[in-house]
Amino acid sequence: MQEVLQYLFSGLTNGAIYAVIAVGFSMLYSTTELINFAHGEFVMLGALVLVTLWGAWQVPLPLAFLLTAACVALMGLLFERFAIRTVRKPHPIVLVIITVGASIFLRGVAMIIWGKDAYSLPPFSNQPPLELAGATLLIQSVWIVVISLLLVFGLHLFYRRTLTGKAMQATAISKRAAWITGIPAGLMVLLAFVMSTGMGAVAGMIIAPVTMCSYDMGTLLGLKGFCAAMLGGIGSLWGSLIGGLLLGVLEALGVGFISSALKDAVAFILLLLILYFRPGGLIGAAESARF
Amino acid sequence: MKQRQSLCRKAMWITILTLTGCLIGTSLIAAPAWAEEKYTIGGIFAVTGRASFLGDPEKRSMELAAEELNKAGGIDGKMVETVIYDTEGDPTKAVMGVSKLLNKDGAITIVGPSTTPTTLAVMPMAERAETPLISCAAGNKITLPVKPWVFKTAQSDILAVAAIYQHMKEKGIQKVGLLTVSNAFGESGREQLREQADQFGIQVVQDENFGAKDTDMTAQLTKIRSADPDAIVCWGTNPGPAVVAKNVKQLNIEVPLYQSHGVASPKFIELAGDAAEGIYLPTGKILVADLLPDSDPQKTVLKEYVQKYTDKYKIPVSGFGGYAYDAMKILARAMEGAGGDKAKIRENLETMEKYVGVSGTFNFTKEDHNGLGPDAFVMVRIQDGDWKLVE
Repeated sequence: MQEVLQYLFSGLTNGAIYAVIAVGFSMLYSTTELINFAHGEFVMLGALVLVTLWGAWQVPLPLAFLLTAACVALMGLLFERFAIRTVRKPHPIVLVIITVGASIFLRGVAMIIWGKDAYSLPPFSNQPPLELAGATLLIQSVWIVVISLLLVFGLHLFYRRTLTGKAMQATAISKRAAWITGIPAGLMVLLAFVMSTGMGAVAGMIIAPVTMCSYDMGTLLGLKGFCAAMLGGIGSLWGSLIGGLLLGVLEALGVGFISSALKDAVAFILLLLILYFRPGGLIGAAESARF
Repeated sequence: MKQRQSLCRKAMWITILTLTGCLIGTSLIAAPAWAEEKYTIGGIFAVTGRASFLGDPEKRSMELAAEELNKAGGIDGKMVETVIYDTEGDPTKAVMGVSKLLNKDGAITIVGPSTTPTTLAVMPMAERAETPLISCAAGNKITLPVKPWVFKTAQSDILAVAAIYQHMKEKGIQKVGLLTVSNAFGESGREQLREQADQFGIQVVQDENFGAKDTDMTAQLTKIRSADPDAIVCWGTNPGPAVVAKNVKQLNIEVPLYQSHGVASPKFIELAGDAAEGIYLPTGKILVADLLPDSDPQKTVLKEYVQKYTDKYKIPVSGFGGYAYDAMKILARAMEGAGGDKAKIRENLETMEKYVGVSGTFNFTKEDHNGLGPDAFVMVRIQDGDWKLVE
């Protein structure tokens, strides 16, 4: 029993990170129908910029956190402006290939700036781990889960309560119709990019203290996040959250009850099964509409 | 008119062909004369790419050794010239590099490559060309079974595992849990850990893996903890093992943690921070050169190497450059009096005894082309953010 609880904690921690990454994928997809394969690289940038700001320059954490998010979001803005907007024939496949290229480019740039070595960061707060029914829960895990949930709730409110959020939703439903009613659709797409990369940066920052940060950490995280988004139903906010948490927990249970050698396989086989029986994901686009 | 033009072109082609022919001819004639004045030793390392932490110090060390040799008058009065190619850790590039070394540069011996996969890729070429190759990679498969022309200077996993188990035996540890990285390095270590356990009266109670880029290993450690081992052995290269070290502390696992020689660098202590305290690991002696007793035969060699390396490059010495340095020194010894005859050099290598190098004392035989004994490793413990020798 004690082990199961420990697996759950471990799974929820990883799952919350996958969820934040998945939400980033999802929100960009719902506004632009684009899968940004460079998303994992923005996660990596979030972690490494925090390493520099908080770890090396000793900027106070809350400030460093906001600065990092802003900095990476700015890179997302530049990415949209220079690499996506300027494409003459924005055919989906062309755009996807551009994002793949961008991910290689960003990894290269990060390797030049931060080098090939890994970095580590201390936890956000220095309390000892909690003991719950014989299982240990890291304070950083609490941070991760709380920040992820806050982000998703925040986004939910943004879409439901603010005019900008509603305008973004309208753009997601039909860019042309939104444009006709006077919504600056181009600006909404830009905003989606900025918010999505900002979310990526947050995922990178909250994961930084539990793992090691290096220029090549983003690829696998991006892939897992994408997997989680597909699992939940890409384009759906709650679907991404559930998909992320589910993927994390399944991975941990897979390690515990089957074998750690099959850790990734367990998750991917489940993904295949779910996609086979419910092609739209657990909370498919049909039921949830877009956000 | 048209015909004249084509005639003109023909003449031009003939001229070009003749000229190229002449050039090739002269270079063919010139090559042996040139080779007589110096010996060309080829180097092939992963100078850039993922394995650059191996290849870069190896390249520097090889150049350092060559410079030393030439300062001392070369080998039998002939200067040593090194030609070094970068594999980027890629077997295909390694094959290309070795073929260039053999066919274009006329290398009579080769040092490298840096990693096991690249070495395995080029070994057949060295065999076919009957050219001695001294690899700087750790994998057991390089010298097991023995191939006549292939040698290596890096300590193998077999010795590292033996050092760990010996230490456990002395501490009365009987049950271990394994946590190895799922790549060639981890698999090789895992194989050895399972194979040698019986000889030391040790039982493997749990055997888990982690991915090289995994961010959290608490699930695996929880499973290992539930098997109630006396110690945990983690086998991998940075940064994974640092995450494992952190997770072990976070889960309050009290049993000792052993790491492999794959993390024997100050970087590991930096990454794992406080979580590194109390970890045991086997390492080549270079990391603890200053702590060694004066009676250790390697101490003077090590100090000299560290001194020369830091003087020349102004950067801290790495634990891996020594492989190439040893290889060069061993080659220099084997090439003495061989007159550049590859078969003779091979013979000399195979019979070399008691060569005290940076990585250990080498005793090559027909059956052993690595030549190192268990004394190539020492056990260290991380204490107050530094290495301490374990008695």
